[in-house]
Amino acid sequence: MSPAPSAPATTGLRRARAVRWLPIAPATLLLLLFLAGPIGYCGYLAFTDMRLTGSATVDFVGFANFRRAFADPAFRNAVVLTLVFTVLSALLGQNTLGLALAALMRRASRPVRTVTGALVITAWVLPEIVAAFLLYAFFRREGTLNALLDQLHLPTQNWLFTLPILAVSFANVWRGTAFSMLIYSAALAEIPRDVEEAAEVDGASGARRFWHITLPMIRRSIGTNLMLNTLQTLSVFGLIWAMTRGGPGNRSQTLPVYMYDQAFLKSLIGYGTAVALLLLLVGSLFSVVYLRLLKVEV
Amino acid sequence: MRAVPARRTRRHKRRRLAADAALLVVAAAFAVPLLWLLLASLDSEADLRVRVPGSATLDNFSAVLTPDITYTPMLNSLLLCGSSTLLTVVCAALAAYPLSRHRSRLARPYLLTVLFTTCLPITAVMVPVYGLFVRVDLVDTTYGTALFLATSQLPFAIWLMKNFMDGVPLALEEAAWTDGASMPQTLVRVVLPLMGPGVAVVTIYTFIMLWGNFFVPFMLLLTPDKLPASVSILTFFGNHGSVVYGELAAFSILYSTPVLLLYVLIARRLGGGFAAAGGVKG
Repeated sequence: MSPAPSAPATTGLRRARAVRWLPIAPATLLLLLFLAGPIGYCGYLAFTDMRLTGSATVDFVGFANFRRAFADPAFRNAVVLTLVFTVLSALLGQNTLGLALAALMRRASRPVRTVTGALVITAWVLPEIVAAFLLYAFFRREGTLNALLDQLHLPTQNWLFTLPILAVSFANVWRGTAFSMLIYSAALAEIPRDVEEAAEVDGASGARRFWHITLPMIRRSIGTNLMLNTLQTLSVFGLIWAMTRGGPGNRSQTLPVYMYDQAFLKSLIGYGTAVALLLLLVGSLFSVVYLRLLKVEV
Repeated sequence: MRAVPARRTRRHKRRRLAADAALLVVAAAFAVPLLWLLLASLDSEADLRVRVPGSATLDNFSAVLTPDITYTPMLNSLLLCGSSTLLTVVCAALAAYPLSRHRSRLARPYLLTVLFTTCLPITAVMVPVYGLFVRVDLVDTTYGTALFLATSQLPFAIWLMKNFMDGVPLALEEAAWTDGASMPQTLVRVVLPLMGPGVAVVTIYTFIMLWGNFFVPFMLLLTPDKLPASVSILTFFGNHGSVVYGELAAFSILYSTPVLLLYVLIARRLGGGFAAAGGVKG
């Protein structure tokens, strides 16, 4: 955006360079106003006792919101549930299932591949709230899952009540696996055929080939995918909120749902922002690791 | 080669069958909820389980095709997502141009910041955004919501657009400059047409993401008349106590169809690597 300092740039050249970079202004302005601004404001609000209702004065309260969060069992519950939700649905669910699907598709017949791919991707493209509603119908006491279990003479239960975090995790797998599947399909397609064939000729079994040859070769994609899955799952709100509202009680209340509950239903904006700031910090940490991992060239 | 060809093909065949069987099981698990949606929308007595309707009917569709239930929310969605998509794509194209064409010490940090922003959980930003919107009186305005929606998609759009633009060779632009074309003329007349499919992908992808966005309009819009379909769908649960599932399913189909069709339009170009284009391609 500025000329090299050593160059004896004339003002004319300086201006020409500035003009060249002018088109970047609208985007930058939007990003500053509506993204950097709120994040900065987040950093301020988190240290205040701002409420939606009542007192007009806003006091600076230092770290009180954070102390309060760490002392609050509901907050700790939300942290644990976020962890459970992320590990179950992103790391184990989306990532593993996505990889399995991509690997199986390379061997499957064309029609099966097409049909499976289309179904998995449809679940991904559907609007979040429609997906939430479909899985709500699937898991409800009078829903399809129980009807199926009943047919098989297996015990049924009210899934959204007994295992709400498992139900929303499954929903997130249903909705998000396509992303991993696409990443891994691309990664597997780039492995040269002859590497695998050589191992096959040497008599390595399918499982061993996969473990010792395929996995190491797509190491980078695994890292990328785990990171992106984690970041997306960290911010899931609509899916959980529409399926369970974080309930029953707070048994499926992950951090975003807890934040919403505190900031808007309980009107504690300052406190809710402190939670949001913690969420942002966790996200930033992951993003930095992710960027490092990728060693992006721009 | 040690393996006898005939034995190899047999082994291949067996493997293919095993893979087919495993995939079909997964496919069935993914299909059941979708099947419910299709069947319930055609069933006048739909409940929550998958069942073939006694007699298929389009009553559910005609019941929801009213201004209140479908037309207004869909029009709101179109207005909201259309305007923010337009804003995102124009800003992204403009920003991508110097980033792709000119060298500067700041270009790399700028792009890294943009990529970093792509990864941040937008959900977390919503509380301060709401706080700010209250301050500047933007809550419950369609244009305020559109501005924020546009910004939320902007980082990824800039990134994608820049990658597509890098694929357009410089030679044709230089020819245009020699002919005395200005920078904006070059961008609009030469560069963008050459990367037409790329622009289409960014546009459609942005639109799909915004069309499905629930949290942002849920937080920033209040008046029922202004709500897009992603939020108005909740009224099926609220008002009447008992939910008419068939109508809810019919509405869900109407609401989802545009993005499914648009996705099919760009699916081939998105290909495998696209999902990761934000990072992997670099």
